[in-house]
Amino acid sequence: MIAAALTFAFACYGLALLFNLWRIMRGPTSADRILALDTMVINIIALLILYGILRGTAVYYEAAMLVAMVGFVSTIAYSRFVLRGDIIE
Amino acid sequence: MDLTLLSEAFIALFLVISGIFGLVGSFGLVKLRETMQRLHAPTKATTLGVGGVLIASMLYFLLVKGSLSFHELLITLFLFLTAPITAGFIAKTYMLHRVSREDLPSTGRDYGWALYDAAPGKEDDGNDQP
Repeated sequence: MIAAALTFAFACYGLALLFNLWRIMRGPTSADRILALDTMVINIIALLILYGILRGTAVYYEAAMLVAMVGFVSTIAYSRFVLRGDIIE
Repeated sequence: MDLTLLSEAFIALFLVISGIFGLVGSFGLVKLRETMQRLHAPTKATTLGVGGVLIASMLYFLLVKGSLSFHELLITLFLFLTAPITAGFIAKTYMLHRVSREDLPSTGRDYGWALYDAAPGKEDDGNDQP
């Protein structure tokens, strides 16, 4: 039962990543692209946790935590760059 | 009823719900028409979806593997803290390009909008003008 639910969740998040990619290519403003990239990072965190459940190992939490931190900082940096033309003032 | 089967059903339920939430969040990114509307879908639905995945993972390691771990709560807390900050920054980025200064309502205070004016107590050096 868990295996089938895992497959379903993997398919959902994979499809979600494709939607995000479409919005990155299409997005009329840079705000759309930043938003799509941020959503992509969050979906990748979910995929990493799902892969950890599939393999039955706890190693992937550290990876997911790192991806979450790097994703947050990069989103803020991209926004700051668009807002101010400068990341560190 | 068998306890193992019950816990497995519980974990599978969380996995399916979180998958649907994640898919809805990203589908909203494609479907909604305006940028400010699109800001709603991923910041709320996707964050909830990841929260569901993390709860399912925690239950799996507690009920099936028999080990308790708190890493998931840490990631959930981090995501729930950072999602509103990110959304605020993205909204500011959108306002800078699409909303002119004259269209904004007055703040009703001594200081104007943070997007255009310097913070209170800080000299406006003119660098923040687009």
